[in-house]
Amino acid sequence: MAVAAGTLRAGFGAPADTAAALSAGQRLALKYFLAAMVLFLAQTVFGLLAGLQFIYPEFLFGVLDFNVNRMVHLNAMIVWMLYGFVGSIYWLVEDEAGTELVGAKLANINFWVLTAAVAVVVVVYLVVQVGSGTRASIWLINEGREYIEAPRWADIGIVVCMGVFFYNVAATFMKGRWSGISGTLVLDLIALAGLYLAGMFYTTNLSVDQYWWWWVVHLWVEATWEVLVGCIMAWGLMKTLGAKRRIVTTWLYIEVALMFGSGILGLGHHYFWIGTPEYWLALGGFFSALEPIPLVAMVVHAVYDAGRHGFRSNNHPALAWLIAHAFGNFLGAGVWGFMQTLPQINLYTHGTQWSSSHGHLAFFGAYTTIVIAFIYIALQKWRGDVWMSADLPDGGWKWKWALGLQCVGMLGMTMAMLIAGYEQAFVERAIGGSTWQAFFEGQTQPWFVQAMQWRMVFGIVMTAGLLLLFWDLLTIGRNETRPAKQVHAPEENRPAKA
Amino acid sequence: MSDRAWWASQDFWRKCAIFVTAFMAVVLIVLTFHTMDAITSGSGRVPAYAVINYRIDYEFDAGRNMYAPVIGEEAPLFGTLHTEDEARALVDLGKLTVQAKNCMNCHTLLGNGAYYAPDLTKAWLDPGWGNEQSRELLLTMFLTDPVANARTFGTRRRMPDLGITDEEARGVIAFLKWLSAVDTNGFPHGFETLPQGGS
Repeated sequence: MAVAAGTLRAGFGAPADTAAALSAGQRLALKYFLAAMVLFLAQTVFGLLAGLQFIYPEFLFGVLDFNVNRMVHLNAMIVWMLYGFVGSIYWLVEDEAGTELVGAKLANINFWVLTAAVAVVVVVYLVVQVGSGTRASIWLINEGREYIEAPRWADIGIVVCMGVFFYNVAATFMKGRWSGISGTLVLDLIALAGLYLAGMFYTTNLSVDQYWWWWVVHLWVEATWEVLVGCIMAWGLMKTLGAKRRIVTTWLYIEVALMFGSGILGLGHHYFWIGTPEYWLALGGFFSALEPIPLVAMVVHAVYDAGRHGFRSNNHPALAWLIAHAFGNFLGAGVWGFMQTLPQINLYTHGTQWSSSHGHLAFFGAYTTIVIAFIYIALQKWRGDVWMSADLPDGGWKWKWALGLQCVGMLGMTMAMLIAGYEQAFVERAIGGSTWQAFFEGQTQPWFVQAMQWRMVFGIVMTAGLLLLFWDLLTIGRNETRPAKQVHAPEENRPAKA
Repeated sequence: MSDRAWWASQDFWRKCAIFVTAFMAVVLIVLTFHTMDAITSGSGRVPAYAVINYRIDYEFDAGRNMYAPVIGEEAPLFGTLHTEDEARALVDLGKLTVQAKNCMNCHTLLGNGAYYAPDLTKAWLDPGWGNEQSRELLLTMFLTDPVANARTFGTRRRMPDLGITDEEARGVIAFLKWLSAVDTNGFPHGFETLPQGGS
């Protein structure tokens, strides 16, 4: 562990004294962030491979087939985002609780166990790939259920590791002090961990299977994850802008009310076509149509706070990514989700590239952005709490271009897939009636073929942005001597409750 | 009480968040009990596994204004009538195979999954299998040797050889037949089935 920390310092340029000045939770957070970025790269590489297979179906056929590439693409994303969240929470927990992390040693062991398990799962995905039609395959190789493919042994491991994480966070707040943000966060973590259990069983009945599968997927991504990033955002705005605790906490409660008020029954938009009763058409359509409202609230909140403080932040890259989060979440999850959430439209768009378009922009807008923002917040402190506002030595071109290239790349991919989805909805669904013949007719139309090519072009733009981001993360603030800009009134922002 | 308006009060919104979340969670739990009853196999919407002994079709229901499965006369799968337990075991083998072979990361099932290969919800009824007589044989050949029996429809996209055995293929076919009889509220819309029973 000491060796790893030393390597981290040597590689990323933090002065030894400032690295040592970090708290145990913050040092742990850096490990989570590093692993998250490695997995982000893996997500991108396997996404590029899967995208290429749409254009060149013979590419890696029989070696790394589309199903393997896509599974790794999705799973790397979910795991790196979870790592990003866990890292962000470890980063803020001691500051927010006003005390030291309760089980730092246990948390460190937990990180290595979890990371080793993730590595084993990925190796099995890539080498073994598929098994025979037995329960042993589901326990040992791959569960074959989109997003939660991890074999059962890994599910159990994830629950145990999340339990250790939860203990650390909750016990630290109990030892220190509670706040509106920490209370919301801990309750949300209980829901998040509990919901994962809904995906850990096998049934022959596919309708029952998918009913509970959506409890994990939807109630994570469209409910508990959103609240989790709401908590992180609230803390982030206080730290980067000096926003008032009272304001961000009130907004957080509004967002929780709106998010769970719309998102819990919004789950029904996944229950239109899986065998579930017809009332889900009305319930799911209505409540999921309300789901963009909290996301609008988040945009208003972030822009209001940023504007209120005249965009004078102590960390420009982090603030820019936080603003990207607010707009990306609203556009990707809100607008793109709303587009196809009514059953009358979803009948034709469900299971087309339209969904893929929504998925890409939503995950990027809602989650990639905020994790990157937090990494910038962490790096600033790690490199000695240095200046990261305007007037960076190189004009800050690297972080600006990294942000720009990733946003343009993602929007370009999203638009390409949206056009492909429109074409599928017309040609394959409305005209062709969804037969296999109709599916392939849709896949060979020029609009679809060109969309897949444009998706690759923008995927490469996105990758260039990612590589530039890595370069910036490795270098920003390294030779900076100016201290960070002071933006907040610490007395006012300390949690009131002891 | 501060002079702050009620709608700007932290306390008001905290209570709102708690009550709204609790209320919605309770509604979801109540609906879950009802839905579980409605989608247990053998219920009206999700058929018993022995449905694989019957001819299944998919027709427009004017009363509901949507397409719906129609269970017809006896039409045993692989020429054998199965008891409910035997049918369940066969469909179960198929479901396990579909998961173990990671089908969902190319195909969609009930519209959920990946978009590289066709939806499997009504695959049993797809006109691509020709007719009722050729369907079981073609499906078995395709599943057990998808490279030699590739169905690319003029594209170069093929299914890889996933090592599916004859027995697993029979399970997958039983699973697909059962799946085609699930009432999916009219998804997919406008699907024309292959000719069956002289139709």
